[in-house]
Amino acid sequence: MAKTLGPVKRKFSPWTDPSAVPFIRFENITKRFGNFVAVDNLTLDIYEREFFSLLGPSGCGKTTLMRMLAGFEEPTEGRILLQGKDIRGVPPYRRPTNMMFQSYALFPHMTVEKNVAFGLEQDKLAKGEIAARVEEMLKLVKLEDFAKRKPNQLSGGQRQRVALARSLAKRPQVLLLDEPLGALDKKLREETQFELMDIQTNLGLTFLIVTHDQEEAMTVSDRIAVMDKGVIVQVATPAEIYEAPNSRYVADFIGDINILEGTVMATDSGLGAPGAIRIECDGIQVAVDQECQAATGDKVAFAVRPEKVRISPDQPADTSINAVHGEVWDIGYLGDFSVFIVKLDDGRVVRAAQANVSRLVDRPITFGDMVWLTWPLDAGLVLTR
Amino acid sequence: MKSSRFDVTVLTLGFAFLYIPIVILIVYSFNASRLVTVWGGFSLQWYQTMWSNQGLMDAAWVTARVGVLSASVGTVLGTMAALALVRYGRFPGRMIFSGMIYAPLVMPEVITGLSMLLLFVALGVDRGFWTVVIAHTTFTMCYVAIVVQSRLLTFDRSLEEAALDLGCPPVKTFFRITLPLIFPAVIAGWMLAFTLSLDDLVIASFTTGPGATTLPIKIYSQVRLGVTPEINAICTILIALVTIGVIIASISTKRTELRRLQDEHLALRTPA
Repeated sequence: MAKTLGPVKRKFSPWTDPSAVPFIRFENITKRFGNFVAVDNLTLDIYEREFFSLLGPSGCGKTTLMRMLAGFEEPTEGRILLQGKDIRGVPPYRRPTNMMFQSYALFPHMTVEKNVAFGLEQDKLAKGEIAARVEEMLKLVKLEDFAKRKPNQLSGGQRQRVALARSLAKRPQVLLLDEPLGALDKKLREETQFELMDIQTNLGLTFLIVTHDQEEAMTVSDRIAVMDKGVIVQVATPAEIYEAPNSRYVADFIGDINILEGTVMATDSGLGAPGAIRIECDGIQVAVDQECQAATGDKVAFAVRPEKVRISPDQPADTSINAVHGEVWDIGYLGDFSVFIVKLDDGRVVRAAQANVSRLVDRPITFGDMVWLTWPLDAGLVLTR
Repeated sequence: MKSSRFDVTVLTLGFAFLYIPIVILIVYSFNASRLVTVWGGFSLQWYQTMWSNQGLMDAAWVTARVGVLSASVGTVLGTMAALALVRYGRFPGRMIFSGMIYAPLVMPEVITGLSMLLLFVALGVDRGFWTVVIAHTTFTMCYVAIVVQSRLLTFDRSLEEAALDLGCPPVKTFFRITLPLIFPAVIAGWMLAFTLSLDDLVIASFTTGPGATTLPIKIYSQVRLGVTPEINAICTILIALVTIGVIIASISTKRTELRRLQDEHLALRTPA
């Protein structure tokens, strides 16, 4: 199937522009349900035309935050500004936001067409205009042939697209998506992610998506907010979140990572890179070229992603730094990658991933081999939180 | 699995116990003889005399009107009570309210009837048609509340949220989304309420007055003077009405089930 690609993405980063006015602003928002604090003094800016993700495990407050923007919950403290206006007390049916529900919430007693038209009818648009808009929406989600069907006559993927069409029909200023792809299988989910991105770019809308799926968040978003227990741990672009997580929590939540606890020995190790930090992790000497607030003697974590660790049976020239020795304990063959789980001499475990660039079935390194793991100065990270 | 002789026997005895009295009643409604216990050949004469028995017909008409009115009012009130119980979480007095909704279910009818009677006497209301309607409304609305409540508990609230989100105000959302979806339960509640009102003897006899004799009261008072084949005839008609109602209800549930299955097949056959 030939796939038509959307327009080439422009670089988009209003959050780096200090004069940019946020489209949505959560200001010191706290939400309590009885004694439970769902959202804890949270402040967040989202910009126009941004595709923004709220990412976190279930119960971290991400859905509550979205429901407050939709108007289904009111914040206990703080205020929400939409285009500079406080929207406290505005009921959901008067907010310029539309939501795509996790369960899709399609009206079972109405046809696909009627479902999509429902929001437009509330605005008392002319009949012809409604019909035209419904047709346009169904075309957008490629469901023109299913207009007369009822929701229970559709497959899961089709229902998801009806829900999307319905929530887009009113051209909301902000589209809220609550775990929109959770019920789809992996292949369909990936396709839909790209469709969502195309639609967002073409319509020029602001999308706010809630998800616990880190891959989904990484694929679709301009920026991601990683949440934990009602607070935002980090807000950054997918690349920054992955390459420069600001805490053990974010590093561990996004992707796979090796974390070694240690102590800062020197903040200027004299290893060529002026800012490099030297850390001792229970007998392993590591160094990181990173600007960092840590001072000598601080307890920190050293982290390095498996794909940045080189695995080799040969001893490197310099074994004093960024090099560990161990035995291959297990190999995970993932097709594109192989993950080597290496048990160090002192029992700790470090993972190294290697791209399978050739079609060799007999790998040079196998179970039980003694290997060296090394990584360059700019591969690792110092995590102070 | 082969059914054993024991199973067959038990089943036959059980059904016989349930249905032989009814079958006898129906058979004797076609009896030509005036004596209830002697078969005098087939005849439809009792159906004819039944039609011309003004007292019996008046009672049937009163019962029908009481049933429709009390079931309708009871359904509206019961649905509202169910919504309050399911939707408004913990409002002050919720426990007492829910207890009071269910109380008439377990309350002996004699007590309900007597307390209604005392109320009407205390208020100085003349007992008659409307007092029976009020009494029936109070005791049928709790059945409606229970039927509708159980439907509302499984109702996906995100449907209502979706309607609100699309710009539909709450009251309109109720009529466009909630009511159409719980309507089968509301109808079931109405039918239950109507049936209960139809065959109530105790509460009606406490709260009725001159000129508002319901069918059960009429039948009961006539039977005390001896069973006539006319009574058999009107009871046969009642049985026929109830049977037809049950058959229609079960056919329509079968149909919906069948349609649901067809829809699922259709959804499976179309590519995602």
